Amino acid sequence: MIAILDYGSGNIRSAERAFATTGLPVVVTRNPKVCEDALGLVIPGVGAFASCMAGFLAVDGASILKSRIEKSRPILGICVGMQILFHVGTENGATKGLEIWPGEVSLIDNEILPHMGWNSVQAPANSNLFRGVEAADFYFVHSYAAKTAVSGALNAFTEYGETFLSAVETSHISATQFHPEKSGAAGLKLIANWAATL
Amino acid sequence: MTLSIRIIPCLDVANGRVVKGVNFINLIDAGDPVEMANFYYNEGADEITFLDISASNGERATTIKIVEQTAAQVFIPLTVGGGIRSVSDVDRLLRAGADKVSVNTAALERPNLINEIAEKFGSQVLVLSVDTRSRADGAGYEVTTHGGRKTAKIDALNWIKEAITRGVGEILLNSMDADGTKTGFDIKMIKKVREIAEVPIIVSGGAGRVSDFTDAVKVGANALLAASVFHFGEIRIADVKIAMKNAGYPTRQIQSNP
Repeated sequence: MIAILDYGSGNIRSAERAFATTGLPVVVTRNPKVCEDALGLVIPGVGAFASCMAGFLAVDGASILKSRIEKSRPILGICVGMQILFHVGTENGATKGLEIWPGEVSLIDNEILPHMGWNSVQAPANSNLFRGVEAADFYFVHSYAAKTAVSGALNAFTEYGETFLSAVETSHISATQFHPEKSGAAGLKLIANWAATL
Repeated sequence: MTLSIRIIPCLDVANGRVVKGVNFINLIDAGDPVEMANFYYNEGADEITFLDISASNGERATTIKIVEQTAAQVFIPLTVGGGIRSVSDVDRLLRAGADKVSVNTAALERPNLINEIAEKFGSQVLVLSVDTRSRADGAGYEVTTHGGRKTAKIDALNWIKEAITRGVGEILLNSMDADGTKTGFDIKMIKKVREIAEVPIIVSGGAGRVSDFTDAVKVGANALLAASVFHFGEIRIADVKIAMKNAGYPTRQIQSNP
């Protein structure tokens, strides 16, 4: 089963439907036990870094995360759900993140923000997530991003005025700055690739 | 490695039906918004927009169901506009599966609606839809309501600036002068708005030929929205993407959807 952590308002239905295309059962929940035990946990994220972080902590997300990491259970962060895995976010003042990965999430250097729409991704070699969709475009909606590669991980990059981190892949924790659930066939393929590792 | 220009078909919906400008031959039910959204998804649309022109709240409730059904099978961004007057209206639509909402008249009447929505859900969900028209005295552009029939007595550029400051994440620029003419997007106005807007601009109104789309991009449009030329099959989304590619503008490659 895939659990999608429900910790705030926003469009979670699309994520639910997109992950259901893998054939695995999907639940949208904030039940800590269900989130800890699920085969895969998805951390969606919309809104600002600070409010996302506050919502995550309010549903005891930090303990869920700790438990899953200890047991090497897969986690996939999406958009702000990726951003909060870093040390700090600078949106609306510095906010402490979950400190899984070093580095900060800061404003993208471009005249026109948000970075909204379809952009390509420089996928790393040997990526599991991007298998079969290495050359595809994915849908982004954000103004902030992590800029520094996570050492020991497979890092994907995207260009919008500057180069930023568009996906990170480790043995158990993966994350995408773009929305695979909104990225058409390519996004569904990436989701299937992730689900196949569960 | 560049952000693609987005091509967005718009469906006018009332009481659960697509209400105008529809003449598909390949669809079983050309008036079914879910089926049409699915058709455009497979055609390579980069986003889908529903404009709810329902006359009553009862009809609007139907739109929620349409959004739910569409979000279940169309995995690209879905924007819904029309009749949004409160944070709870937005919440309902997002929960149903919309990714973005557009506000127009209600924001003119009560500009703080923009702040309220942006604070609750973030700027990225909020599109300001502006219906503009050249002023009769030639001094710039004014905002109109009621499909261009009434003036809101507000300068369009000032309103756009204010809305961005209040928190909209994107501008949908509808030219009432160009709308329905099929003589091209309002290039002059797009230029003016581009100078003041640091958010993405979607342009609408006037598309008749594929070259109209590339002309609008040349002056700063980030996305292009059209209805009738797509609905009547006069231009296909793939045609626009080929024209973009030939003009050197990036577009998303069309892949087959599962």
